[in-house]
Amino acid sequence: MARILVIADHQDGDLKKSTLQTLTLARELAARTGGGFDIAVIGQGVGAIANKLTTYGAGRVLVVDDAKYAHYLAETTSKAAAALAKQTDASFVLSSTGTTGKDMLPRVAAILGQGMVADCVGLAGEGATLLYKRPMYAGNIIATVKVNTPGAVISVRGSEFAAAEPSGGASPVEAATVDGGTAKASFVKFDGVKSERPELTEADIVVSGGRGLKDGDNFFAVMEPLADALGAAIGASRAAVDSGFCPNDFQVGQTGKVVAPKLYIAVAISGAIQHLAGMKNSKCIVAINKDAEAPIFQVADYGLVGDAFKLVPELAEKARAARS
Amino acid sequence: MKILVAAKRVIDPDARIKLLPNGSGVDTQSVEYKVNPFCENAIEEALALKEEHDAEVVIVSIGPDDVTPTIRSGLAMGADRGIRVETEDAALDSDLAARILVAVAKHEGDVDIILLGKQAVDGDNNQVGQLVAEYMGLPQACFASEVSVSGTTVTVTREVDGGLETLSMPLPAVITADLRLNEPRYASLPGIMKAKRKPIDELSLADLGITDTALKVELVRLEEPPARTAGVMVESVDQLMDKLVNVAKVL
Repeated sequence: MARILVIADHQDGDLKKSTLQTLTLARELAARTGGGFDIAVIGQGVGAIANKLTTYGAGRVLVVDDAKYAHYLAETTSKAAAALAKQTDASFVLSSTGTTGKDMLPRVAAILGQGMVADCVGLAGEGATLLYKRPMYAGNIIATVKVNTPGAVISVRGSEFAAAEPSGGASPVEAATVDGGTAKASFVKFDGVKSERPELTEADIVVSGGRGLKDGDNFFAVMEPLADALGAAIGASRAAVDSGFCPNDFQVGQTGKVVAPKLYIAVAISGAIQHLAGMKNSKCIVAINKDAEAPIFQVADYGLVGDAFKLVPELAEKARAARS
Repeated sequence: MKILVAAKRVIDPDARIKLLPNGSGVDTQSVEYKVNPFCENAIEEALALKEEHDAEVVIVSIGPDDVTPTIRSGLAMGADRGIRVETEDAALDSDLAARILVAVAKHEGDVDIILLGKQAVDGDNNQVGQLVAEYMGLPQACFASEVSVSGTTVTVTREVDGGLETLSMPLPAVITADLRLNEPRYASLPGIMKAKRKPIDELSLADLGITDTALKVELVRLEEPPARTAGVMVESVDQLMDKLVNVAKVL
C-alpha cells in the first residue's frame, strides 16, 4: 500500500495543466501499487489552487501557505516537499517536468534517499515489477528503467498524458505545517514574457516559425496573425531563437520546450533532429516550407511546399473564417 | 576563487544513435565522442569568471581512460588542471555521479563554485547539479543564462517557464549552464600545446572514500520510439484547410 504525493505545479496563481497530466500518471501508479495519492500545493495565497484539486480522487489536498514560499526557491521548496512526503508516508513523489519540477525534484530525491526518474513518459513491467519509460538522446531512444530504492521521485512529461478528468468526491483540504528551513539563495526578480496567448507547453495549437522567416519583424508579422486566428501559442526553432528573431522562451526542441499539442504548424522550419524531439508527439503536424526536401516533411501529416510569406497569411485568413 | 567544472563526454549529438541488437545499450563501436554541449557552456563560463576574478579552474570528468580527451579539451580552452575519477560508464547513475562530484569537491576543499551543464545530451537526466547542491547543503542556480560574481555573492539569471528569473546567493554555490549562457571559445593552437603539459590527477572511488556504489536507477532496455510516417503533400491552402477541418478534425 504505497502512498503517492503529487506536488502541484502552479504559476501566477494558476494551476498548470501539467499538474492534471501528472495526476493521470499518479492514478495509474496508484492502480499498480494498490495505494492512493495525496496532492500538495506549496506557495503563498494558494488556497484557491488547492480548492481546484479536490475532485480528482486524492486522499487529501495539503496546503503549505507561507510568505516564505511566495517566490519558489529550490532549497526550501524541496525540503518542504520531502517533509510532506514523510508526513504522508509517501514512497512516491511526483511533479511535472516544468522548470520548477526539474529544479526541485532531484533535491527531494536526495533528501529522501530515493532514485529519480526524470521525464517519465509511462509505466512498464508487470505485477510487482514496476518499470518506467523515459526518453534519452533527445527523444531518439526510449529507455525502460528500474528504480532500486523502495519508492521513487518522478518528474512527469505532461505532454505524454491526457489531463485527468474530475472523478467526483471531495478530498479534504488541510493546512500542513512543515519545516522548509531557510534558503541561502534569495529571489531578486522575475522578468515575465507577458502574453495574451496560451503558454507553449499547455496550448492545444502551436504555430512555430524558423529561420526561413528572415528576421524578427518578419517572424512576428507572419506568425502573430496565424496564432491569433487559431488561438495558438507561438514557438520557434533554435535557429530562429539563436538568430535573435524572438525570445529564448519560444524555443521548441530538446534543449527548449517539449510540446505535444493537437495541432502543430511548422513554418519555414527545416526540421533538425533537436527540433523534432520537441514536437514530434504532436497529434497532427503541418509543415510549410519552400524546400520540398526539408526533413520536417518526413514527420508532417500534411505538407505544403511554398513561400511562407504568401501561404501563412492566406492560411490565417481562412482559418479565421472557418472558426468564426 | 576556485571553480570546479564537471565535464562529460557524449556520443556526437548530431550522429544517429544505434542500439545493440538486444536493446541492452547503445552501440558504441566506431562512435565519435564530443564534450557535452552544456558542459562546454559550463567550462566557458568558468573561464570567463577566471579572466575577471583570477580564479583557478579545475575540470573533473568521471569514467574510463577515454574521458581524458574531454578533460584535455577543457584544459586547451584555458582551464588550469584536471581530475579524472576512474569508473566504468555503465556503473554510473545520476546519483552516484553526484556523490562522486561531492567527494571530489571535498577532496579539493575551498571550492567556491561548482559549475555543470544543465544536462548531458545522452541521458538527458538533468539531475546531477541539483543532487550535488542538496548533498552539500548549497544553494543552486540551474538553467543559468547569465552569471556575475561580486565579492562572495553570485547573481544568476535563470531560464524558467514564462520568463527569466534572477537569484542572488552567497558562495559557495552550484550553477548549471543553459545553452544561451555563452558562446564557448575554440581552443587555440598554443592552448592545445599547453594543455598537454597541464596536470590531470587520477583518483579511484576508494581514494575518494566512496564504498557505496549501488545504483539507484538502472537501465533495463533501450528501444527506438515508433517512427512517425510521413503524411501527404497538399497543393494549396484550401486543400490544407479541408484536411484539417474534415479529415484530422483539429480545427
